[in-house]
Amino acid sequence: MTEKEVEQIVVDIIAEIAPDEDTGDLNPELRLRDQLELDSMDFLDIVMELRKKHGVEVPEVDYPKLESLKSCGVYLLPKFEAKLAS
Amino acid sequence: MVNSRIVITGVGLTSPIGDTLPDFRQNLLTGFNRIETLDVRYMGKIPAGVCHFEATRYQKRKEIRNGTRAGSIAIFCANEAIIDSEVDWKSTEKSRVGVYLGVTEHGNVETENEIYNISQFEYDTNYWTHHHNPRTVANNPAGEITMNLGITGPHYTIGAACAAGNAGLIQALQMLRLGEVDFALAGGVSESIHTFGIFAGFKNQGALGNHQDPNKASRPFDKDRNGIVVSEGGCIYTLERLENAKTRGAKIYGEIVGYHINSDAADAVLPLPERQAQCVKASIDKAGILPEEIDIVSTHATATSMGDIQECTALASVFQKCRSTYINNTKSYIGHAMGAAGALELAGNLPSFEDKWVHPTINVENLDPECALPNLVLNQAKKIPKVDFILNNSFGMLGINSSLIVKRY
Repeated sequence: MTEKEVEQIVVDIIAEIAPDEDTGDLNPELRLRDQLELDSMDFLDIVMELRKKHGVEVPEVDYPKLESLKSCGVYLLPKFEAKLAS
Repeated sequence: MVNSRIVITGVGLTSPIGDTLPDFRQNLLTGFNRIETLDVRYMGKIPAGVCHFEATRYQKRKEIRNGTRAGSIAIFCANEAIIDSEVDWKSTEKSRVGVYLGVTEHGNVETENEIYNISQFEYDTNYWTHHHNPRTVANNPAGEITMNLGITGPHYTIGAACAAGNAGLIQALQMLRLGEVDFALAGGVSESIHTFGIFAGFKNQGALGNHQDPNKASRPFDKDRNGIVVSEGGCIYTLERLENAKTRGAKIYGEIVGYHINSDAADAVLPLPERQAQCVKASIDKAGILPEEIDIVSTHATATSMGDIQECTALASVFQKCRSTYINNTKSYIGHAMGAAGALELAGNLPSFEDKWVHPTINVENLDPECALPNLVLNQAKKIPKVDFILNNSFGMLGINSSLIVKRY
């Protein structure tokens, strides 16, 4: 698994929870909130979908690590790999 | 101000047979009904009334996803009512607008959905949605309207079982008369078909309507009726003080001249004809008229075996000498829209001020002798010489009764 694949998983989740947003051309380096109309409830939706669909837990203290696609990939990749290995 | 005359200046609705008042009315006059077969969780296929309004007309898809069905219904109806009222909404002072919506219940749909959701995860509450509380607070449908339309005046729902539609209108009338607001959005909404609990509850009470042809499942006053067909729907009116409406040259559908709400203080589900009759009579007294001046009585009858008889008994005691009072029912077309029922059923009758037609109760193949009121309009619309007063009944569980009288303006 790669960071890019993890980023795509997050993009797919955003497309589901914020269906009015155009997720086709997101800059992975920029904050998601600066590119999309996402509020705090939406970020909780992302956390919930990661838990439901992929069994990946994001503790509250780590929420800031989901601020961009790039940071999502870096932060979540080890969690996905650990999940796959288990 | 406390004696201000309150008028209806706009109507927005969604029902199983139409999402505009003209469509709704046309279908009532031509006897077109639409009850579908709904696949209800844990229970299977059950007749129900389903709305097909275009929710994305006034909401983003994310708002629909995060909110509730009742909220979407409310937002659709509120926007349609404002457009219909032709009020200059952009320059309307939003802090002087109030939202008063009747609901039979709220939160059951969302709670059931979440319980089902966590059942897929061994009932681990970590999977319970953080949207639960904003979705299930009792003011949800009214609050969703304020967020959608930028209304900063008061908003709340009125829990009044199936008398709720009238109760929403009555609350708005009172707040306008108190001067709390200058413009009100009022009526009722229901999302109840999305909870299995209401179907199971009625079924186990022996009060859930059924028929091999779903369009014949809702049969008020028919001897073979077997219960309620649950529906979703909504109807919201714009109400204003007469002087405000006249100042802006608003079209006026009618004036609310009488109303009353009382309580049986008896049985949780079985109506009490004496108290219903007192409610009807009190609303007529408040209107300052006599029973014989009522031209149309829009009944609440839900097609339960006892409920229809009880209401007919009540009406017979009030209108026994009234030769020109005609009686109809709308649930045979749309089922029982719960919190929206009273508001929708009133809307279906309002155009009769202009066209003087009384839409019939359909699906009556074998009239129950105990419901055989004089001037019950059955199966065929009836043209009558004049329509000056419409009385709208809505009754509900725990013995809540409501009557509302609208006068032609």
